Amino acid sequence: MASATFQLWRGGHKDGHLQSYETEVSEGMVVLDAVHDIQATQANDLAVRWNCKAGKCGSCSAEINGKPRLMCMTRLNTLDLTKPVTVEPMRSFPLVRDLVTDVSWNFRVKKEIKQFTPRAPDAPDGTWRMQQTDVDRVQEFRKCIECFLCQDVCHVIRDHQEKDAFVGPRYLAYVAALEMHPLDTVDRTADLKTAHGIGLCNITKCCTHTCPEEIRITDNAIIPLKERVVDRFYDPLQALVRLVRGKKSS
Amino acid sequence: MADVETHEHDVLVIGAGGAGLRAAIEAAASGATVGLVCKSLLGKAHTVMAEGGVAAALANVDDRDNWMVHFADTMRGGQYVNNWRMAELHAKEAPDRVRELEKWGAVFDRTSDGRILQRNFGGHRYPRLAHVGDRTGLEMIRTLQDHAIHQAVDVHMEVTIIALLKDGDRISGAFGYDRERGRFRLFKCKAAVLATGGVGRAYSITSNSWEYTADGQSLAYNAGAALQDMEFVQFHPTGMVWPPSVKGILVTEGVRGEGGVLRNSEGRRFMFDDIPDNYRAQTADNEEEGWRYTQGDKNARRPPELLTRDHVARCIMREVKAGRGSPHGGVYLDIAWIKQRVPNGAEVIRKKLPSMYHQFKQLADIDITEQPMEVGPTTHYIMGGIRVDGDSQMTGVPGLFAAGECAAGLHGANRLGGNSLSDLLVFGKRAGEHAAAYARTQPAGRVDAAEVDRLAHGALAPFERAGNGEAPYAVQHDLQEMMQQLVGIVRREDEMQRALDHLVLMRRRAEAAGATGNREYNPGWHTSMDLGNLLTISEAIARSAIVRTESRGGHFRDDHPDKDPAQATYNLVARKGADGAMQLSKEPIPPLPAELARVIEEQK
Repeated sequence: MASATFQLWRGGHKDGHLQSYETEVSEGMVVLDAVHDIQATQANDLAVRWNCKAGKCGSCSAEINGKPRLMCMTRLNTLDLTKPVTVEPMRSFPLVRDLVTDVSWNFRVKKEIKQFTPRAPDAPDGTWRMQQTDVDRVQEFRKCIECFLCQDVCHVIRDHQEKDAFVGPRYLAYVAALEMHPLDTVDRTADLKTAHGIGLCNITKCCTHTCPEEIRITDNAIIPLKERVVDRFYDPLQALVRLVRGKKSS
Repeated sequence: MADVETHEHDVLVIGAGGAGLRAAIEAAASGATVGLVCKSLLGKAHTVMAEGGVAAALANVDDRDNWMVHFADTMRGGQYVNNWRMAELHAKEAPDRVRELEKWGAVFDRTSDGRILQRNFGGHRYPRLAHVGDRTGLEMIRTLQDHAIHQAVDVHMEVTIIALLKDGDRISGAFGYDRERGRFRLFKCKAAVLATGGVGRAYSITSNSWEYTADGQSLAYNAGAALQDMEFVQFHPTGMVWPPSVKGILVTEGVRGEGGVLRNSEGRRFMFDDIPDNYRAQTADNEEEGWRYTQGDKNARRPPELLTRDHVARCIMREVKAGRGSPHGGVYLDIAWIKQRVPNGAEVIRKKLPSMYHQFKQLADIDITEQPMEVGPTTHYIMGGIRVDGDSQMTGVPGLFAAGECAAGLHGANRLGGNSLSDLLVFGKRAGEHAAAYARTQPAGRVDAAEVDRLAHGALAPFERAGNGEAPYAVQHDLQEMMQQLVGIVRREDEMQRALDHLVLMRRRAEAAGATGNREYNPGWHTSMDLGNLLTISEAIARSAIVRTESRGGHFRDDHPDKDPAQATYNLVARKGADGAMQLSKEPIPPLPAELARVIEEQK
């Protein structure tokens, strides 16, 4: 069996450092397997989050050789094992210890987004009718596993730490899923402009390229939402129409 | 008293998968103050792994379906040792619980007339599983999570409970620690709901994550509640077998529901070779009819690949043992073949089974639209668990409730696919409702400070042993291997007696295991504390499996391979005796009411 070197981040923000571990590797292994082997035999107290180990829960986000990835879905045969593999915590969130970060900001942001509110049921038995074609685009966003890698890689959050002014790509996709939900009745366009800070996104598509679920966050969520904001607040023709008609268009 | 952070809630819900979230939502809606404890981050619980769908007799796809058919299917699948009251409530209430999710924002796949689409699944007579591709669990947990955060529910993320506290006979609180800082937490409550899921980490090949260390079952047992049916463990027939690092990860039954077939190394569809008598009338006897069933032909009977999970798992084991397995010790599951029968077959597969396509592509370099998958049984679910009242979900301990996988009764000896997600909703709601009602009638109980000190001291003991103690991972690993070998899919009395001897030695090793490092986010320390739960529940499984001298559902005895009608009359119940030793008793199953007996007879 071959062996490989892994440099894992150990410790906190101030005292932290990369520490080297040798471990044996075999066919089909993913980075999380190597991290678990090291934890079981060499570093029992190594802090790492994981759950499903199948790319479905979004717990094991990290930066592998500098790239934001899920550890459970990064196979070792996609990496150059002649060189040490570095595994570091997500950089955009405060470090707790080792590979674990404090992602609580994300949970707080979600709570501030206006919740789903359906129209009255379509049928007397209290149910609704929706066509598959109408739910397809919403289902794309609802594939999100909340790994927060898009938040980690977004430069508005990562480099500029605009966490008070910008909800980040995860929650723009979340708003898109609500806004495009065939049953939802709430209007979040004004919030997008102000509280959610959609204007701060300048469409570099880093989030889309990082998403392990391959959700086209920029093209399918953020750009259509930006268009709604523009139509509402910056389109002179629409403003004129609104003025003449004397009511708010949606 | 030890340095602890104290919280107070009317109702404390322990576990935040589908059942816990649903219980918390209901308790809050009933006006109780609610605390929700989750071992991981919110929304990461094992419910996300449920793929195929949620079973409910909505009758959107086949209008012959109704609660009676669902009830009879559940009882037949469970081999009639189910808690029939739970099976009745479940079948009657599941449709409302599913429709309620739509009200909260869930987006299920649709029928052509815009209603919730339903798919075929093993043991269900009609297409019954509401679904979202093959990520139904994710849709469900996200819907519940996004609804719950706007209710009066305090969420305590990454907190593990290690003991329940009582005032006399009744529940008065729970004690645990937070992962991040390793601080102790004391939760005072009037009622508690256990919704901690399963026990899969007692086995080496499992679809379960690190969390499933039998916490709820063990907490309840140690608090004086009874466990029931612990011999009934479900080995899901189709887990990944290759590469080694993904061994055990689930391959949804939905693959077979969409027309996937099982073949051995000779290319034979071996499931046609062994169809149990009680399913013969409703199972196709030729490939053509089976195919028509998966494509929605209402006059066709289901293919034998969709027989119950216990049976399919054993047939796979038989092929492998007979030398007709795949190169890595499984059999072949082929969905690619449907390209011969449907236009755009590859596209249909990717659309219907997107996560399976993704999972095999990324983890095994297999394109399931081109090649068959290699699959074999994996420890998936435990039908047994905490004994509860069917209506209220209360255990024998006043104020202590249990719902979802950690509770027993609904599934009997074998669970049908899709009946777990509906179980979580139906009985999560009931547990939350009844816990809130109970809390309203009770003053706050007392918490014994000396008890809290004792628990805190015990929790820190692994640090005192530190490097002198054995690594907890080594003990856990050996336990998993031992249970897999000696109390696995095929069981024998002599092997299980040996397992009990091993468990005694492993208990000593666990009590001597050490934790290095400090209290902050230290998985080694956490694992050392999980070991006790795993050992308790492993003992309950082994002891129960020894006593049931027959084969039924998920419990297969090589030395008693047949079903014994005389043993359909009891549930095995395990309690902690006054001396601390585990005591087993056979509790008779109450007679089936005439109207339910008639339903079963009519659906035969």
